[in-house]
Amino acid sequence: MDKPFEKAVQGLETGPEASTPEAAGQGGVESTGHPSVAALREKFGAAILKAVVFSGDEHCVYVDAERSAEILHWLRDDASQRYDYLQDLTAIDYGGGRPLEVVYQLWSNTHKRQLRLKVTLPLHALEIDSVYDLWRTSDWLEREVFDLFGIHFRGHPDLRRILMPENYAEGHPLRKDFPLRGRFSRAEQTRLALSMRVEDYYTPDELTIGGTPVAAGDGLAREGRVGGPSEAVKNTTDPMIGGDIPISQRAPVPGGEATQGR
Amino acid sequence: MATKKVEYVVARNPGLGTDGNPVPVTVPIPAELEPQMQGEHMLINIGPQHPATHGVLRLVLELDGETVIRCIPHIGYLHSSFEKLGEYRNWNQIVPLTDRMDYLAPLIYNCAYAMSVEKLMGIEVTERCKVVRVICMELDRIFSHLLWAGTTAMDIGAFTPFLYLFQERERIYDLHEALTGARITTSSTRIGGMMADLPPGWTAALRKFIENLPRTLDEVDTLLTNHQIWRGRNENVGVIGAEDAVNYGLTGANLRASGVDYDVRKDRPYYDYETYDFEVPVGENGDCYDRYLVRMEEMRQSINILRQALDRLPDGPINVDDPRVILPGKTDLMADMESMIHHFKVVMEGVNAPVGESWLGIESSKGELGMYVVSDGGSKPVRWRVRGPSFINLSALPKMVEGRLLSDVIATNASLDIVLGEIDR
Repeated sequence: MDKPFEKAVQGLETGPEASTPEAAGQGGVESTGHPSVAALREKFGAAILKAVVFSGDEHCVYVDAERSAEILHWLRDDASQRYDYLQDLTAIDYGGGRPLEVVYQLWSNTHKRQLRLKVTLPLHALEIDSVYDLWRTSDWLEREVFDLFGIHFRGHPDLRRILMPENYAEGHPLRKDFPLRGRFSRAEQTRLALSMRVEDYYTPDELTIGGTPVAAGDGLAREGRVGGPSEAVKNTTDPMIGGDIPISQRAPVPGGEATQGR
Repeated sequence: MATKKVEYVVARNPGLGTDGNPVPVTVPIPAELEPQMQGEHMLINIGPQHPATHGVLRLVLELDGETVIRCIPHIGYLHSSFEKLGEYRNWNQIVPLTDRMDYLAPLIYNCAYAMSVEKLMGIEVTERCKVVRVICMELDRIFSHLLWAGTTAMDIGAFTPFLYLFQERERIYDLHEALTGARITTSSTRIGGMMADLPPGWTAALRKFIENLPRTLDEVDTLLTNHQIWRGRNENVGVIGAEDAVNYGLTGANLRASGVDYDVRKDRPYYDYETYDFEVPVGENGDCYDRYLVRMEEMRQSINILRQALDRLPDGPINVDDPRVILPGKTDLMADMESMIHHFKVVMEGVNAPVGESWLGIESSKGELGMYVVSDGGSKPVRWRVRGPSFINLSALPKMVEGRLLSDVIATNASLDIVLGEIDR
């Protein structure tokens, strides 16, 4: 082997290898015998694109993105289905510019049945109807998919990042084009982390609670609020660095830009 | 403005009444010392560094007096991108990532991950391996519940149970160490089997442990179950009804306390759970107290299962006889060239899984743990997804505490049994 350690570091900078085109979303055999699959085909006809079985007993239905919310609503409420428990909601990126898949995993406590639903979304139209009103489980799960994959859920009342910080600017980490170490250099990441302000820790909604602070410390008296940052904070200098430029006006650390310093 | 009167239960100069209780004294407070605060909401920030949030969880609360108007959890402080890391590792290399998620019940996560990959690859593990994994999972259910009971009691102000329970927990640490070489980061499963078979004397040590554990549980029972403060802090606190609990996706003891008897071990049995004789405790009120009762009973049921599993533990190989996934024995490795090459290929190139996917849910100590693995035919997953029970249980916290008192937030959050390593992943 020419480069014995190549395997260990493979993809660290570029993102994982895209899977082979023919393998994406394949591997199942035609689904038969699941009562919900037959009922879905009868009820929704052309909106049911295909139905396959994975790993022996996992039935999976591919449905039309436009009608997914309608189909899920029917699956939850119809007496013959009653999928009252949303086990999981996630997404898959196969890489190589291929469409993303949104996966719904359902369980019916009444009929003791499991069903998986998949919706395929092309990269240029990553939008799908939210199921927030059907299962409240999807509140955080949809936020997670939005955060990590960048899929927008129409109708979700509070769609914001959940695992990554609110001011995260590097994109959506679980996409295949996202490198493992992030898009920014370590220096830039550190600089961003250190420059987080109160607004980054609270949602705008939360900042309105309690009205204007009357006897606030300098942390609360920030720009855009009554008074703005106090003079003491504005003109603070850092004796360790030795410069006399206030913290708020300092230029980025040299070499800390996104393209350098790897 | 009307003068506010505060009734102190404990008098400043305590005098005892005829019933032996302190006589209440009414202390009038001058109006100018107590401004009317009605209608003014206050923002309180709990965490991320707070002993009662059980990790780096941050809760932002909007309060009206002591009543919680709104609760907004913030998570992600422990985000380690395990799922992304998994896409760069081959199937066996992911095992160490799994026990770092739920470090309170690491063996359950090891087993769940191995099970999902084996299902994807179509591997049926040996009978002995099945029973050993059942032992591992039930042992760690106890392991996790012991910690839960101890820390929850401590959050509510009872320190003694913590000491009793952690003494027992220490014994499980020792069992972990004997079995896997590590106390927390066990990494004990491999695709197709276990890292190693049970060491000599291990089953005897486990038997001794489960003989002694009920006594400690009884002691904790005596200390807590009918304790006035414990009941006062837990009964009718953090209530969630059956329908809401299902809609919010609660699982595990949290769901069963609300009266829904969903247990993956009964509803979709794996590893012959249908042949073990055990009961699934179900609560009625869906409050913190019922969650406590359900977990205490679950530990006793796990002891039952452990006893049955130890009785039926069959002899035979622990790993499947499948050279695709299992490393050759050390003696063979040293003796012949083919085994050497085989070893090299399995370690360096990994094992190729067939194209396909598998979503496998098992009953972990916290609730339903789903492992979703998607393969494109390579030695690394295209996607490895963990449906963490704590993540989804925690998302129901606002529903349980809004409209209740601030002190109930601590009790409710503790009763949910969350682990932040798995919530943030």
